[in-house]
Amino acid sequence: MSDITKQSLSELVENIKGKKLSSSEVTKAFVERSKKSKELNSYITEDYANALNKAKKFDEKPNLDLKLPGIPMAVKDLFCTRDLRTTAGSKILNNFVPTYESTVTQNIWNEGAILMGKLNCDEFAMGSSNETSFFGNVQNPIDKNLVPGGSSGGSSSAVAAQLTPITIGTDTGGSIRQPASFTGTVGLKPTYGSCSRYGIVAFASSLDQAGPMAQNVKDCALLQEVISTYDEKDSTSIDFKRNEYSKELTKDIKGKKIGIPKEYRVDGMPKEIEDLWKKGIEYAKDCGAEIIDISLPHTNYALPTYYIVAPAEASSNLARYDGVKYGFRAEGETLIDMYEKTRSEGFGAEVQRRIMIGTYVLSSGYYDAYYLKAQKVRKLIKNDFDDAYKKVDAILTPSTPSSAFKIGEKTNDPVSMYLNDIFTVPVNLAGLPGISIPAGHDAKGYPLGLQIIGKAFDEQNILNIAYAMEEKINFKNNINDWWIK
Amino acid sequence: MSKNKSEYLINRHDNQYEVVIGLEVHAQVTSESKLFSTSATKFGAEPNTQVSLVDAAFPGMLPVINEYCVKQAIKTGIGLKAKINKRSVFDRKNYFYADLPQGYQISQFKDPIVGEGKVILDMPNGQKEVGIERLHLEQDAGKSIHDLDPKNTFVDLNRSGVALMEIVSKPDLRSPDEVNAYIKKLRSIMRYLGTCDGNMQEGSLRADVNVSVRKKGSKEFGTRCEIKNVNSIKFMQMAIEYEANRQVDLIEDGQTIDQETRLFDTKKNETRSMRSKEDAHDYRYFPDPDLLPLEVSDDFIENLKSEIPELPDEKKKRFIEKFKLSPYEANILVSDIETSNYFENVIKKSDVKLATNWIIGELFAALNEKNLEISESPISAGNLSKLINLIKDGTISGKIAKTVFEQMMKGDKDPQKIVEEKGLKQESDPKALEALIDKVIDDNRDKATEYKSGKVKLFGFFVGQVMKVSGGKANPQLVNEILKKKL
Repeated sequence: MSDITKQSLSELVENIKGKKLSSSEVTKAFVERSKKSKELNSYITEDYANALNKAKKFDEKPNLDLKLPGIPMAVKDLFCTRDLRTTAGSKILNNFVPTYESTVTQNIWNEGAILMGKLNCDEFAMGSSNETSFFGNVQNPIDKNLVPGGSSGGSSSAVAAQLTPITIGTDTGGSIRQPASFTGTVGLKPTYGSCSRYGIVAFASSLDQAGPMAQNVKDCALLQEVISTYDEKDSTSIDFKRNEYSKELTKDIKGKKIGIPKEYRVDGMPKEIEDLWKKGIEYAKDCGAEIIDISLPHTNYALPTYYIVAPAEASSNLARYDGVKYGFRAEGETLIDMYEKTRSEGFGAEVQRRIMIGTYVLSSGYYDAYYLKAQKVRKLIKNDFDDAYKKVDAILTPSTPSSAFKIGEKTNDPVSMYLNDIFTVPVNLAGLPGISIPAGHDAKGYPLGLQIIGKAFDEQNILNIAYAMEEKINFKNNINDWWIK
Repeated sequence: MSKNKSEYLINRHDNQYEVVIGLEVHAQVTSESKLFSTSATKFGAEPNTQVSLVDAAFPGMLPVINEYCVKQAIKTGIGLKAKINKRSVFDRKNYFYADLPQGYQISQFKDPIVGEGKVILDMPNGQKEVGIERLHLEQDAGKSIHDLDPKNTFVDLNRSGVALMEIVSKPDLRSPDEVNAYIKKLRSIMRYLGTCDGNMQEGSLRADVNVSVRKKGSKEFGTRCEIKNVNSIKFMQMAIEYEANRQVDLIEDGQTIDQETRLFDTKKNETRSMRSKEDAHDYRYFPDPDLLPLEVSDDFIENLKSEIPELPDEKKKRFIEKFKLSPYEANILVSDIETSNYFENVIKKSDVKLATNWIIGELFAALNEKNLEISESPISAGNLSKLINLIKDGTISGKIAKTVFEQMMKGDKDPQKIVEEKGLKQESDPKALEALIDKVIDDNRDKATEYKSGKVKLFGFFVGQVMKVSGGKANPQLVNEILKKKL
């Protein structure tokens, strides 16, 4: 089979279970393609030799009852992986090799998957274009010099380019859904508390959530089923009944009430996005859903709220990178001197910007005006959703206010960069699940995504809606392998 | 400076100054494992052998609350007769230091687990109530070691993450003696509860001492200085004396006191400025997003209440009422859980009055001399009880008992055996005594004649001679009776 890498995860699982393909064949195919795709810069750390060895071992004694039998997979470099360097895209962790495994990745390996390597991302997941990574830009396989989105840019690029059949990212303000939207792939941010944060390099603890990134909704459901477990090692993990999402997946969404929030018609939104949204509404109706206009009145305040809460938590979470215990250290005359040099040289500009914003909003005299107020607004935003969900089962919005932009286009304009998250951020603030599915192309032929937001713990419902709409949309990604010489 | 009986005042010229003291006591929670990790907490382990990935703040590591430590804090709160807050919040206190791996300490800022309570002190001039402002749980930091290498500092993270209770008093203390009594009482309550071993040498109990002074009669508080991390009662008292006098001198000199943090130099016996209010850290407290608010139910608290043992105040009351002890005796016997347990074991089978005297008198003196705690006493409660019974039933005299006691202090021996082996049993056979007495009178005919002629003071001489000849074993009461007849 020469087109192994073109297969979806579900097809690969079926072929391995049916003994039509071995793990070694599959792993080799993805490793070969990854090797030929260096120009995309999707990987930070490759672990191909180990992956091929593990595949061989799997084939010697295959356990075909597992959910991901012998499936190779590269993961975002924010997940700590035992004995394999984990950098979070930062110079400060350039040499850091964990002795432990994140719960989410452990769940994946427990189901038989094989680690191929670590995927590029914005430094500490702070960015929307993967341009803040210490390890360089990632190319969007859609077009040269196009950003793949961020912060899970290496992940979206690798899935879209079929360097890995599926992957995981993390989403603090849109870091799974926005890159999925930019690359014509599917990305799910689960309910806060669904996937354990244990072993994931923290950005903003109250917002961070791991989730699957895939080529289609079914694959996404399968991976979500694997990674979502209750974990006592994470105090914010929630013990609720988790579905077997892929088994319970259905296209029957007749009578589901889908809300359209008027506040998401933001000023200056391109007509293409407006049109995409309208098309999305028609698709949903075609699937038998009922469309209901709703209001989320505090949407306007979501972005400023996010850019207080997230940097505040980040400024504290990143204090541990001080050159004392592990990671990069710049020598200094005194302890303070060492701290200053280590953190000035070890962190990039965007991370430093957010540490400074976060430190500022938590400072005595500013705390009430910024952090405390932001927490109050966050509650109002959550209340908006609670009210809306009295009337509807899910909410449909665009994933992003534009298609992917050029590398370098927004690097000097952080505010314009932050605006990318305008549709995704409220979902994190409210702790809700949201999925982005590819829904069309803009005039340049770049993919555009639609977001379906669900009630807390209602992943099954938004996966079903996405699954039904996916069939109607029948999206095809235009990727011509331009980077393969 | 003058100290009248009830008041500690500092006199300068015509002014009298009162000292106002508040304490922030850091008490290490007695627990096998740390506040947010499963690492051990044993004292004195090799550096960095009790450190988990959480304690060392590795990327992606998360804190998980140790329920046992929560129970310990609530129990302590109950012991301080304090309000238990059913909802409390862990906050991050952010600052950079090499022995603080996370770059923040997890503490409780706005919503502590325990609210207002009180502690009763027994002072020479009566009881005094000291208010408790709050008690909260927090992590300890690691230890920086600066003296092992001329250029480098070493860090030991064994303490990093160990659970501490910070117990904040109201500014109700007025003298070094009250501070002494307060710390001892707090320590006693926690040792009764088993929530803190109170071992100051091992750093299980240390305090930040807030000191201010004001003219006697003034209602306003003066500007306070905080003396950081003092780890013995003696040093606390010395630091307060020095600091209060320093502040009085400044006022008398027409200067103002700067609110600041100071350190006590134990070698020079003085406090030194560490940082001024302007240089104070901005800790940027905010609720720790890795932890949910801590919520405990009424049932949870009620269950803990049922586990609370009899505490010193209640025990003292019972000792006075039931055993007719004096308040002084009761105070001494309840001051420490080990002492009160020992006492209660001794009196299970022996006379209360004798037991009280022997413990407070002989035993304490002997332990003191050997620098031993009561838990290390060579004489078990059971054996002391036997000794007291030997006195009570007349087998030995009080004087012989002291000899037996000394013998017992050298090793835990059954007093009965010592009496038998050494033949120390009291001679109470009147015939044997008569023979003895006859011989003494015979040997001292001249003195006997003098006695008869009116020199009655010589009676004591004869008693002494009889006791001497009997090797101290003669029953003194009988000796008296027989001598009177014979002379």
